[in-house]
Amino acid sequence: MQLTLHVNGADHAIDVDDRTSLLDALRDTLGLKGTHAGCEHGVCGTCTVLLNGEPVRSCLMLAAQAEGEVVTTIEGVTPAPGELSVVQDSFVETHGMQCGYCTPGMVLTAHALLRANPAPSRAEIVEAISGNLCRCTGYGQIVEAIELAAQRLARSNTP
Amino acid sequence: MAQALAWMAADPDARLLAGGQTLMPMLAMRLVRPSKLIDIARIPGLDRLEIAADRVELGATLRQVAVERSAALAEAVPLLAKAIRFVGHPPTRRRGTVGGSLANADPAAELALVAVTLGAELLLHDGSAVAAVDFFLAPMTTALPEGAMLTGLRIARQSAPRRGTGFREVAMRAGDYALASAACEVTLDAAGRCASLRLGIGGATPVPTLLPLAALLGTSLTEAKPAIAAALAPLEMMSDGNAGAAYRRRAAQALAEQVLADALAEAMRCN
Repeated sequence: MQLTLHVNGADHAIDVDDRTSLLDALRDTLGLKGTHAGCEHGVCGTCTVLLNGEPVRSCLMLAAQAEGEVVTTIEGVTPAPGELSVVQDSFVETHGMQCGYCTPGMVLTAHALLRANPAPSRAEIVEAISGNLCRCTGYGQIVEAIELAAQRLARSNTP
Repeated sequence: MAQALAWMAADPDARLLAGGQTLMPMLAMRLVRPSKLIDIARIPGLDRLEIAADRVELGATLRQVAVERSAALAEAVPLLAKAIRFVGHPPTRRRGTVGGSLANADPAAELALVAVTLGAELLLHDGSAVAAVDFFLAPMTTALPEGAMLTGLRIARQSAPRRGTGFREVAMRAGDYALASAACEVTLDAAGRCASLRLGIGGATPVPTLLPLAALLGTSLTEAKPAIAAALAPLEMMSDGNAGAAYRRRAAQALAEQVLADALAEAMRCN
């Protein structure tokens, strides 16, 4: 099946099997390995990507269903090669990651949350990441990371 | 839609794909191997949301997130707004659809419970409608005929001024499948007595079930416990590795009492 996927700002013409998941198309066809394959049946959330700016599970979508939509993966949130986004920086600083497996899903979810809600409450952060499992029990620092990113983004355009 | 129906008619092993939040995991685990997948998400108008004076209609492919974000819908059908936040997690609500959840008929599905509780109707492609109470036959089994497509959900609006609703569930963690759930809509007359009462149980029973509580009409609803217990007594409760039937019966009783109290308190605040 011939498809054009719009990923991280560029169009990619690909040829995949009809039932290729978006996850597999991103990882195996486009080589974007930052999107992690975890449970592959919609439970863990590590395969989260942004579809038109909102988090979805890429293992629960066919690549064909993403045609015509704007897809953002973890590779697409950095401001420039070699740099980290404010959210990624905050995860580093608060130790919001240990093994790193859940991290791309958590970071993308945080990006989407902070775009829609620049000053989320702790409860809103917890609700936003409720579909993303972390097995290093790092939720405390992950919530802290998102709180820190919110504070920094709030000040980023003020003198 | 005509094309999708023709494909279904030509191939009994074809399956409709809406939001994919249940069917895609089933495909991943090889629990189903349909010959064809017919993606209905882009059928024009099938994702409609119509809010009229006397009813609302939700198209089958309306995303659950659209239900969650519609203030007008929350005002028209408050019980739906309370229940939708228990449906999966934000990313699954972004893709999951109203019709997909209803047609899937998981016993724990919140939307199915709301449909049964509010006496909603499920709309089919041929213009016919099936009452929600007749639609859900058994876990994952509906009255949808072979080759038919569910196209929407119609809910009559409750116009009584003194109205209250409640929705609660227990699950292993927030967003997981409900072990038991309860939904309630109550209206009061001018004297504060119960004018109408609809209370449904989900998760615990094989299909969402409306409790027969006519004995409580005209009362102040403060002594509902025995009537709820009597209504639950003949119902079959499910049992699985997460919770046994006795636990589910206790949870259903407690949740039913709580949602009734929630709905009553809300109705009493209306003047």
